[in-house]
Amino acid sequence: MSLTILNVVIAVVIAIAFAALNAAYLVWAERRGAGRIQRRPGPNVNGPLGLLQPPADGLKLMTKQLVIPGGADKALFVVAPVLAMVPAIMSFVTIPFSENVVARSMNIGVLMIFAFASLGGMAILFAGWGSRNKYGVMAAVRAVSQNISYEIPMLITVITIVMMTGTMNLKELVAGQSGGIWNWNLLPSLSSPLMPVAFLIFFVCTLAETNRAPFDLGEAESELVAGFHTEYGSMGFGLFFMGEYANIVIGASLITILFLGGWGCPLGLFPSVWWFLLKIYLLIFSFIWIRWTFPRTTIYGLLNLSWKILIPISLFNLLLTAGLLKVF
Amino acid sequence: MNPSDTTTIIGFFTGDGFAGYADAIAGIVFLVMLATTLVGGIIACTAERLVRAVAGLALSFIGVAAIYYYLNSPFVAMMQMLIYVGAVCVTIAFAIMLAAPEDTKKNGPSGPLSGPLGLITAGLVTMGMTGLAVNTTFSVLPKENMGEVKLIGIELLTSYSMVFELVSIVLLIAIIGSLVIARHGRSK
Repeated sequence: MSLTILNVVIAVVIAIAFAALNAAYLVWAERRGAGRIQRRPGPNVNGPLGLLQPPADGLKLMTKQLVIPGGADKALFVVAPVLAMVPAIMSFVTIPFSENVVARSMNIGVLMIFAFASLGGMAILFAGWGSRNKYGVMAAVRAVSQNISYEIPMLITVITIVMMTGTMNLKELVAGQSGGIWNWNLLPSLSSPLMPVAFLIFFVCTLAETNRAPFDLGEAESELVAGFHTEYGSMGFGLFFMGEYANIVIGASLITILFLGGWGCPLGLFPSVWWFLLKIYLLIFSFIWIRWTFPRTTIYGLLNLSWKILIPISLFNLLLTAGLLKVF
Repeated sequence: MNPSDTTTIIGFFTGDGFAGYADAIAGIVFLVMLATTLVGGIIACTAERLVRAVAGLALSFIGVAAIYYYLNSPFVAMMQMLIYVGAVCVTIAFAIMLAAPEDTKKNGPSGPLSGPLGLITAGLVTMGMTGLAVNTTFSVLPKENMGEVKLIGIELLTSYSMVFELVSIVLLIAIIGSLVIARHGRSK
């Protein structure tokens, strides 16, 4: 397959369309799920099962006026939502959905996703600061300190896996786990007996990195109105929302690729893109489940969990794996 | 429009026609990267609000990362993004927000280099650099590998271990410096 402009355009359009569609219908799934869990119907009026709710919401957001609050830093206020969306789209470029469904397989795929994810922090900071709102600033500081704290155990876990597999290429990472559930990185191996713990750490960090309950301190409605996007309306808010859900899809894809064998079938038969999608949507369902069943933690509890529990355990796992790799 | 034009356009989008334009497109992309870096730097230097200056700095860093990628060093490019944009800029922005200096805008004392002296210095430096760039014959080094992480790691810990250690001393000095400043602040 040669690199032509058509290929590039198609890859970009598919990445944006996939992100947007997922954002729209994950919001629907989230609201339906929340309704089911909290014993209320959720959106069920527009269309069958409320399936026309996302297009209606999209139209509403797009036709609303973009209000920029007085005294706000206009440039930052406008740039921030776009900046929140960019890393999400960029990450889809290197995520392999199956053996052949990947826009660009890079040797440093894992690194690239984390490099672009780090732009998200800037977006939140600019949004909070640019909207000149004290709730916005407080929420931005909270959200970013949370993101930075949870990036560390996440990256240490990734280093452990990279050490074990010797590759940062997402395709090769999946290829190393092909052939059934017993080859998945999720299970303990001889050189890394603490792999299930690493999976748990990574899962918790993904929840925290995507700012979801029980770690959604950045938009704690009861204390901070709506967090860093308090002042945003219309499509500015829409872009933040899309970015958030695209990030959830990327987090689930990363977990699938790093621990759950990517597009491989648990029994080692018929690897295909459907297995990948099944796995990420199961993970996203569990995210929604967790969000609506657990109460929010406090900011101190949140930071303590990362610095006092997750980082020491992941460091220990790293050292143990390094030592055992030398032995075996 | 005659038939040959149509085939060119179709070839441009689908087939090998892209190869014919590769150089031109690469040149445009490179210029965009340069512009991003420069504009970011200018914003960082001239912005009156500190947060905007950080935004400019981040933009400049992203431009530099793009140039690294363009020069076939994806690993260095990603590290530039991860460390300079993700860590350094976010930390600076954090410090600015905690200090909240936005409303107390005041210009610091201008040093001896502001004014004609600075202009002359800048002109001389620009002339010197331009002269060097024009008069040097650049030799194209052979491409050794695709910038693989493993090779970079081996090189860093064998051939360039001294440089690696020196870089960490720079970080140590930064930490000690910040400790000194913090101590001074507390005693006031």
